[in-house]
Amino acid sequence: MTTPPDTQGIYLDNNATTMVAPEVVEAMLPFFTEQFGNASSIHAYGNRVGHAIKQARQQVQALLGAAQDSEIVFTSCGTESDSTAILSAIKAQPERKEIITTVVEHPAILALCQHLETEGYKVHYLTVDGKGRLDIQQYMDLLSDRVAIVSVMWANNESGTLFPVQEMAELAKSAGVLFHTDAVQAVGKLPIDLKDTAIDMLSVSGHKLHAPKGIGVLYLKRNTRFRPLLRGGHQERGRRAGTENSASIVGLGKACEMAMEHMEYEKTAVRAMRDRLEQGILAAVPNCFVTGDPTNRLPNTSNIAFEYIEGEAILLLLNKLGIAASSGSACTSGSLEPSHVMRAMGIPFTAAHGTTRFSLSRYNRMEEIDRVIEAVPPIVAKLRKLSPYWSDSGPVSDSAGAFAPAYA
Amino acid sequence: MWDYSEKVQEHFFNPRNAGAVPDANATGDVGSLSCGDALRLTLKVDPESEVILDAGFQTFGCGSAIASSSALTEIIKGMTLNEALEVTNQDIADYLDGLPAEKMHCSVMGREALQAAIANYRGEEWKDDHEEGALVCKCFAVDAVLIENTIRSNGLSTVEEVANYTKAGGGCSACHEGVEAILSRVLAEQGKTFDPYARAPEAAPSAGGRKLGNLERIRRIERSIEAIRPNLQRDHGDVELIDVDGKNVYVNMTGACVGCQMASTTLDGIQQRIVEDLGEFVRVLPAKAMRKSA
Repeated sequence: MTTPPDTQGIYLDNNATTMVAPEVVEAMLPFFTEQFGNASSIHAYGNRVGHAIKQARQQVQALLGAAQDSEIVFTSCGTESDSTAILSAIKAQPERKEIITTVVEHPAILALCQHLETEGYKVHYLTVDGKGRLDIQQYMDLLSDRVAIVSVMWANNESGTLFPVQEMAELAKSAGVLFHTDAVQAVGKLPIDLKDTAIDMLSVSGHKLHAPKGIGVLYLKRNTRFRPLLRGGHQERGRRAGTENSASIVGLGKACEMAMEHMEYEKTAVRAMRDRLEQGILAAVPNCFVTGDPTNRLPNTSNIAFEYIEGEAILLLLNKLGIAASSGSACTSGSLEPSHVMRAMGIPFTAAHGTTRFSLSRYNRMEEIDRVIEAVPPIVAKLRKLSPYWSDSGPVSDSAGAFAPAYA
Repeated sequence: MWDYSEKVQEHFFNPRNAGAVPDANATGDVGSLSCGDALRLTLKVDPESEVILDAGFQTFGCGSAIASSSALTEIIKGMTLNEALEVTNQDIADYLDGLPAEKMHCSVMGREALQAAIANYRGEEWKDDHEEGALVCKCFAVDAVLIENTIRSNGLSTVEEVANYTKAGGGCSACHEGVEAILSRVLAEQGKTFDPYARAPEAAPSAGGRKLGNLERIRRIERSIEAIRPNLQRDHGDVELIDVDGKNVYVNMTGACVGCQMASTTLDGIQQRIVEDLGEFVRVLPAKAMRKSA
């Protein structure tokens, strides 16, 4: 969309990416100029950077509750962490030819698994129910010594629904199977204490928690069998070669420290804003419902399906008012299919195309939420007026004259 | 997000002719709910002249679907039904100053709704023959179904052929992995294997897909030149083969060809003939180019 958002814009798309916190920017800036050294160098230029990276590693360790700082491996992004984890597991255990994951994973996992299927791997995709919940019995039945790795997301990016990854990791451990979780949406929004879990590997993405884009972390529990994706240097103890992205590493460290400080705020104030937004919209708009599991989800995410209208059109009209959100409609992604997450939950097409995700951050304010609650109902009404599935007062009934197009 | 033209945005934010036409006598319902689009077009047609007096749309769809519907109604109002049947999806896209490649199907839906509405008015049954797959080539907006059908009906086996027949992959080449995957799948169904190193079957049948030996290659070039010579001799010119060096074929133009302004055009013609006969690309150059580079 070319229309620039209003300067007084309301950003409710924090599961896509977040603003870099001003304190994070400030912490990073010296590492572009006076602190430009290569951490591997012996001289003072390098040494100072080396110390800063060490401090950042400890800040990340603290947020994740990792037992050792050496368990933190800096990568370029969440996707790299995901690929590293899965490819390491299959390279280290070439005799194991199966992978367990879920139908609602992020494409960083799903596209890789689909690719591995073409290379002869058997991938088991755990299904979800109407609220996006897994069937643990189905999972237990699949665990065997043929499985190289289980990869299950901690929190779903679209619905915010949480998976019981700690319990699932314990089950994998007792079956002797490696367990990875893509936690890019959970880290910074939920308290995490990895040393008390059986999770072997975990992916973090910096830009989801107010650090910059282009920095990620793979948590790698000590003694986990590992094969690097990138070889060629001793950086990250040889587990991820390549000169450290020192400014971004320092930024991520600072962002993790700030996330720790705001964890309680996230659970209370951010959640209160989310709940008010959701209840306000549900009260004012007919024929809409919350997707996912409202009782067990991220505190910042609300995904609402508006029936009989299409998500991109909603987003364009919101954008005109300076409100940024996201949608599971096919059109917003350029694909022909609506969100795989919504389809996996059995949301009908007429609703899946109208799913709209509002994802908040600690930088949102209650006044903004009230403005969004006011803005949404007229937008939905305007689009429903155009919709062939909607008559004056409600959905077109199934009687004569109902809209039944010839489908392509 | 999408790079929508000003015109698309304008028609989305302020759609024309939204809603059903009262006392309409033609209705066209089309859509693809799985793609998130559905459209009902209603027309009021003058029974005497078959002129479209009024048109209205109801659309379930994205910004460009709503804009395409709005544009369609504006285009066809005042047309006769026969004139309206000539409207193509490209006309709708052009009216909106273009649509992103991924969104061209919105304009296709508009054209189909129009056809369905006219069929409805005339008491005919309209059948949708349009099948749509996932977009593979973004440069030329080619989808998987079209690629697959073209591979089947023409017995294609290489990425290059797919680009020649459908244009898919002829641009930035980023979709070649996707095209290879479709080729692998279709060829596997036919009991064949996709060979990424295979060259497209040559135009010259005698080449038989195998690489020509050096001698055979030069002989064939000679034969091509012999075949051209009578044409040149008729104009009191001539050509002789001097040398073949890899992809470069050096010739001497003699007689009236020397100093002829058309000499380079003649060289192009000779080159085209040799390329066709040989089934591979070569460059035909005047022999003096060889001396220069030596």
